[in-house]
Amino acid sequence: MRIFIGLIAVVSLSGGFSKYSIANEYVKIPAGEFRSVIPEVDGDNLVAVAEFLVQEAPVTNAEFLRFVLHHPEWQRGRAVSLFVDDQYLSTWASPISLGPHSGPQQPVMQVSWFAANAYCEWQDARLPSWYEWEYIAAANDSMADARALPEWRQEILSWYSQLGGDQIVDVRSSPANYYRIFDTHGLIWEWVDDFNAFLVTGDNREQGGADQLQFCGAGAITMQEKENYAVLMRVAMLSALEARYTTRNLGFRCARQNEIKQ
Amino acid sequence: MRWPTTIILALAMMLAACQPQPVGTASGNTHQADTGGSAAGDLGPPQGDPILAVLTSAPNVPPPVDRDYPAKVIVDMEVRELDMEISEGVTYTFWTFGGTVPGSFIRIRQGDTVEFHLKNHPDSKMPHNIDLHAVTGPGGGAASSFTAPGHEAVFSFKALNQGLFVYHCATAPVGMHVANGMYGLILVEPPGGLPPVNKEFYVMQGEFYTVGKYREKGHQPFDMQKAIEENATYVLFNGSEGAMVGENAIKASVGDTVRLFVGNGGPNLVSSFHVIGEIFDKVFQEGGTRYQENVQTTLVPAGGSAMTEFRVDVPGTFIIVDHSIFRAFNKGALGMLKVDGDDNLLVYSGKEVDNVYLGDKVAADELSIVRDVTQAALTGSATKEQKIDAGRVLYNGTCSVCHQQDGEGLAGVFPPLANSDYLMADTRRAVEIVLNGLVGPVTVNGSPFNSVMPPMSQLNDDEIANILTFALNSWGNQGDAISSDDVAQVRAATERPKGAAD
Repeated sequence: MRIFIGLIAVVSLSGGFSKYSIANEYVKIPAGEFRSVIPEVDGDNLVAVAEFLVQEAPVTNAEFLRFVLHHPEWQRGRAVSLFVDDQYLSTWASPISLGPHSGPQQPVMQVSWFAANAYCEWQDARLPSWYEWEYIAAANDSMADARALPEWRQEILSWYSQLGGDQIVDVRSSPANYYRIFDTHGLIWEWVDDFNAFLVTGDNREQGGADQLQFCGAGAITMQEKENYAVLMRVAMLSALEARYTTRNLGFRCARQNEIKQ
Repeated sequence: MRWPTTIILALAMMLAACQPQPVGTASGNTHQADTGGSAAGDLGPPQGDPILAVLTSAPNVPPPVDRDYPAKVIVDMEVRELDMEISEGVTYTFWTFGGTVPGSFIRIRQGDTVEFHLKNHPDSKMPHNIDLHAVTGPGGGAASSFTAPGHEAVFSFKALNQGLFVYHCATAPVGMHVANGMYGLILVEPPGGLPPVNKEFYVMQGEFYTVGKYREKGHQPFDMQKAIEENATYVLFNGSEGAMVGENAIKASVGDTVRLFVGNGGPNLVSSFHVIGEIFDKVFQEGGTRYQENVQTTLVPAGGSAMTEFRVDVPGTFIIVDHSIFRAFNKGALGMLKVDGDDNLLVYSGKEVDNVYLGDKVAADELSIVRDVTQAALTGSATKEQKIDAGRVLYNGTCSVCHQQDGEGLAGVFPPLANSDYLMADTRRAVEIVLNGLVGPVTVNGSPFNSVMPPMSQLNDDEIANILTFALNSWGNQGDAISSDDVAQVRAATERPKGAAD
């Protein structure tokens, strides 16, 4: 019976899918160096990023639905509770249908890091690292690194000023950036592979303690470049998470061929 | 009949005041044993059943603890991110503890063990945490309470020190979380409780930094640069301009002893807290244990508090301000305490006029008239009568302070508008003066004036048009209606003096 419903869903999905035939392509990002908000080594925040490929847009509900149809073990209600919390895919109408609150071209949200990771593996890919994500997100539509522009910062901050409960729009609703990547800012938070490696303390004012890395937030106090403020809030968000957590505004995209050189 | 009683009472009070006072016992500043600080605060393990804390939103305060043993108290607080009005027609995305700014008031007893549940609503975009200054321990609970949207953190602490403490969010960037309204007060009562009073209120100051200027309509995002420069757009009590005025004023009756739990969330500014027309009988400075007596203005640090107590002796409206006074009249730091009861002419015999104190604030119920005409102006359907009505409200709030409610001005200081040859001679000039101010000598109705009127360009075109339409058609004046287009033209064609709003 379940298989039967699943089949119908697949058929109806593929029927409706042609309407959204845009593939979520992997875009090649050239290697480069940039200054990260999170220094890899104390005092030196220059980070080298190797060439990699990343999906141009966040993974959509339709894409993720296809995944859970192929991998029933990741369906809501079946996924192991060690890997997802009880809000996993809760906006979907059922474990195998989207319903009115989750548009096929809207980014998938309420997914855990484990689920996102499994999806990317299914794609022969992985989640991007924080540095990779930060690297592509530093761009605006014409520059690879637009972080010094006040408009760039204000745009991010004004997204923070919009309520999280607001209607989420489809992916690719805003123009692509310099790398032809969509929606790095202004749509959702995104999982990264090493989200729990920041060692950011929940209290973001601690500094100078035993572990210098433990203070990204304190970096907010001591840092010299104010534009980092806006990006640090994303770090703060990621550091509040555990890998099984899901939240309303949190999705992901996949990447391939990872290498970060010092 | 009332008169003689009052006199006798007053005489009795005066006599009492003349009695020599024993030295060193009345106030807390001499030779008292200390309270033992945190060492004395561990009153043993919690007893009895756990108690769910009563939480209230400002200006309300939970009832006294009234308990002679330390208990386990459960505090259940939800973080919400909400669009709310910061001023008439202006909305802001507040981040809140409990859905209000300031956050819910928590009231416990020294020695209580608090089990704190911090829930971050699923609709939240941000992670949040809480640092309670009442907590003894690194970070004040912040690290233990860091909570992603749609999740809950639980931690416990023992309230070792008595006092009135601020709590706030400490998630990066801390300043932005505080600037968006994430602060409140927690009162830790001494074991014996606080002396009973008639009325208790919760007042908390905080300032806001918006991209748009003061009172610029619409949704206003947070402005990081202004926050760094400490250049506040709004300085407010209880989170919005209307929170403590008009119908929302706090209320007491003659003879009541009033206790204000005053907090300052900041993020940047220190408050010079003052109630116009009252003297604080007692101020527990910085929310601590000892009190100073007979205080006019008390300093409330950002991230600090004060408890003030005073007996209200005469009826009327008492204006609560940050006496860094431009904040009160130009940034919104105004509240009201309305006291009802019989006059006591021996104490105060003046005639009270709300408007003089109100500055450019108008009572909340009157703002609906302004709102209606603003709406009508947008659709082009405002009638002259509507404009006059709206103009009257704005005039009484802004202009009557100098030009007086009857438009007569003050001889030799503020020129009259009633039957004014100067006003009626040139309406374009009138628009210019409201926008750009006027400095230097003028002759009005034959009398010389040499004074300064500040530019009122913070008012929008519509508001200026309404005020002038009212003035040109009141107190015997008969003139045309001024349209907001007329004002817009003058605004575009003239230059504002340095420092005035655009």
